[in-house]
Amino acid sequence: MKRIALIFTALVCLFLCSCGSQSEKKVVNVYNWGEYISDGSEGTMDVNAAFEEYYYETYGEAIEVVYTTYASNEDMYAKLKSGAAGYDVIIPSDYMIARLIEEDMLEKLDFSNIPNYANISEEFRDLYYDPSNEYSIPYTYGMVGVIYNSTVVDEADAGTWDLLWNSKYSGRILQFNNSRDAFGTAMYKLGLDVNTTSESEWRMALEELKAQQPLVQGYVMDEIFNKMESGEAAISAYYAGDYLCMTENNEDLCFFYPTDEDGNYVTNLFVDAYCIPKGAANKELAEIYINYMLSEEPAIANAEYIYYASPNSAVYESEVYMDDMGEEAMEILYPEDFSFHENYNKLSYHNLDSETLQLVNNLWEELKISSATGEVVYVLAILIIVGLIGYGIYHAVIKRKREKYYI
Amino acid sequence: MKTLSKVYTMLIFVILYAPIAVMVLFSFNASNSTGVFTGFSLYWYKELLSDPATLSALKNTLILAVTSSCIATIIGTVAAVGISKLKNKHTQNAIMTVTNIPMMNPDIVTGISMMLLFVFVSAKLGASQSLGFGTVLIAHVTFNLPYVILSVMPKIRQMDRHLTEAAMDLGCTPFQAFCKVEFPAILPGIISGAIMAFTLSLDDFVISYFTTGNGFETLPIRIYSMTKKRVTPDMYALSTLIFIAVLVLLILSNVAQGDDKKKTRRAKK
Amino acid sequence: MQNKSFMARLMAAPHIVWSILFIIAPLMFVFYYAFTDKSGAFTLSNIQQLGSPSYLTIFARSGAFALVATAICLLVAYPLAYAISRATPRMQKIYIMLIMLPMWMNFLIRTYSIMAIIEDTGFVNTLLGYLGIDPIHMINTDGAVIFGMVYNYLPYMVLPIHTVLSKLDNRLLEASADLGCTPMQTFFKVVMPLSRSGIVSGITMVFVPSVSTFYISQKLGGSSFDLIGDTIERQFQTAYNYNLGAAMSLVLMAVILISMAIMNRYSDDEGSVVV
Repeated sequence: MKRIALIFTALVCLFLCSCGSQSEKKVVNVYNWGEYISDGSEGTMDVNAAFEEYYYETYGEAIEVVYTTYASNEDMYAKLKSGAAGYDVIIPSDYMIARLIEEDMLEKLDFSNIPNYANISEEFRDLYYDPSNEYSIPYTYGMVGVIYNSTVVDEADAGTWDLLWNSKYSGRILQFNNSRDAFGTAMYKLGLDVNTTSESEWRMALEELKAQQPLVQGYVMDEIFNKMESGEAAISAYYAGDYLCMTENNEDLCFFYPTDEDGNYVTNLFVDAYCIPKGAANKELAEIYINYMLSEEPAIANAEYIYYASPNSAVYESEVYMDDMGEEAMEILYPEDFSFHENYNKLSYHNLDSETLQLVNNLWEELKISSATGEVVYVLAILIIVGLIGYGIYHAVIKRKREKYYI
Repeated sequence: MKTLSKVYTMLIFVILYAPIAVMVLFSFNASNSTGVFTGFSLYWYKELLSDPATLSALKNTLILAVTSSCIATIIGTVAAVGISKLKNKHTQNAIMTVTNIPMMNPDIVTGISMMLLFVFVSAKLGASQSLGFGTVLIAHVTFNLPYVILSVMPKIRQMDRHLTEAAMDLGCTPFQAFCKVEFPAILPGIISGAIMAFTLSLDDFVISYFTTGNGFETLPIRIYSMTKKRVTPDMYALSTLIFIAVLVLLILSNVAQGDDKKKTRRAKK
Repeated sequence: MQNKSFMARLMAAPHIVWSILFIIAPLMFVFYYAFTDKSGAFTLSNIQQLGSPSYLTIFARSGAFALVATAICLLVAYPLAYAISRATPRMQKIYIMLIMLPMWMNFLIRTYSIMAIIEDTGFVNTLLGYLGIDPIHMINTDGAVIFGMVYNYLPYMVLPIHTVLSKLDNRLLEASADLGCTPMQTFFKVVMPLSRSGIVSGITMVFVPSVSTFYISQKLGGSSFDLIGDTIERQFQTAYNYNLGAAMSLVLMAVILISMAIMNRYSDDEGSVVV
């Protein structure tokens, strides 16, 4: 006992020491998608640490980057809206940026602090979600495609969204675990407009997803990396850049952008962009952070780590980058004869009006709670309840008998 | 019958330890697969120890566990003594019922109820960030309190009240009587309560998950966010290290207890 | 005397204040959110929404899963606890340590490693593959989720039952044998009734976390079917519907507290929670 008390005191001392050493550092809170930055793992560049160093060298002050991640735009929105945590830099997708602007949740950027904005290609300005280029600076863009394992999937089945509904591969299909992308897959398959406000069309998509449910192995986001790489799952729709990441670990994985009969893309084209949320504690520092991330070295490090297409000319014009990526990857990320601006208007998600948003939310709930599970569990549970009640009655009867006996 | 029960016990232990054994095995995997073993390497341990986020999560967890268990032990012990001396049995019962709520409630309900409180209050106060170290600390103290009180209370009940009175008859002030008579008698209860609080706080995921904001990540939360992303065996390496640490601590404490017993036996002789 | 009771109140005061601030007040907020809409106006629609068939299914499903898991836990744990309690004190200590050791690992890690083991491409199926046996599909099934619950919460069942059984007076067993009971009869007429308080606290300690879990069903069930914990978690972390989430928590809490009250009455012992 005494020793335990000793250990305890030692821990208290340790705690007091570590408290004492914690100084008041300036902090920039960055909230980003998971697996969406070059984080220094396996010998890559740790861009956040590099920024801390850069800041110290330039401004002579030590700061700290507090980096946290989310799994989907909706998760990010919930966290931001609750006011539970304060962030200085966030990287939502286009439709979510439109929503945040509409709800007055973003700060206007001070571009004089972000001279590297000049690196961003002209093509990525004046996009619908931020028409006057005041709130956001594009980080990456890309399209959703379908990834499949060529050892399992017959190549003849590939090419369209139908692959995700192919009952041949029941139990090996993964679906997005976020409402917008999951409904997107169903709507593209049905040929509906993904930005529709028609309730019946959303319901049609829901029915399609429900029909898919028995075939689906799981609803996942970044868990997809392990599941596809290990061969646990064979088919999934995900972002093109992430496919390139996966093929590094499993060469059997193949990829296609779903098209219609005329060869037009039928999928989502998205932009993820840096924003600063309202109430950011340290806006100027956030802008310096964004500016640094747009400069050549970290931007290339990020683009090479996450494999998403970059709107940053310092990246896509760099010979080093092109060499490192390789021809095949460049073809997937930057398809030939692909005008971003033209396609973006056709293929992007838009922010939905609040009524439709509510509807989509409710339908998503309905999908997630509707799935049928094995009757065996219910039968067992009922048997247990019956058994318990039976035991209770038996017990009561015995007790009464005994009482009689004693009297 | 004897062999049957031995076989059964062994079987359960094998099942209980199989996942842990597999995890330890794969922490030494050379490739980044968590399913196929390709060769022995310490690579993932190196990766783990060079990851500042994990190390700071470890530090946070320890700080949180120590602080919350200390605060809970102090408040809880004082409260247990106070409650046991209350004259009104109904008040006593009412207090104990409320105290036990966090113990009986599912963690998720405790977590979200606190989160709602913190978010609501800070929105009213206009704070930019409501959740962080402070809120997690409050939450942990709250769910630790019943365990401390429940382990101190029986010791107080077992104690002979006449001893205190005797001490006071012999000239002690009530405070001295408490320090010299009551406190040593309930100390084992306090210590076991503190240890319990410490381990619960160390292990808690659900309540921290709902009450933490950004910038304060405990180890379980770190593990959670790791399993939401691409999982590499460095998570297994982390778990293996935790497992070894716990094993060593348990063996040490057992040895220490054994020593204590020997000493008392010798003293008796 | 006046002075003494004042002291007692003073000592209990910090705890009472703490309980009001951080136990009662948060629960009040659960009530508040459950009965208001997003703008803060009073409404019953959240509770009404839970009455719809799909939400009732979730409650039924969670209850069924937790019930089955608890029953399996009891069936597995009781013989184990009994066997342990018959061992020598030294061995008992070692056994109990071995039972508690996995509990010190975070349940997230344990659940995740179960997942890695029973995946189609996981450890078990790889092994079977080497042996030339066809792979068995285990992950993302109901059985996997129930196994996860039993695995994670088994120690909570073993420990209280063992505590009670190890205190069992051997002379009672001898007396029962002397009076002509077979070992079977002794077990059902003496051992079982005397260990009831351990069983009851074991059941509550397994049922409550099983019914409210969200990680186990996400990892071992593939997020393809919801348990109540998943639905609540999603309201807070993704859907941003605090009101519905609060309403669900309220119902969950009510159901659990009521069933615990019934359980405690049922265990006509003192119903003391043995940890």
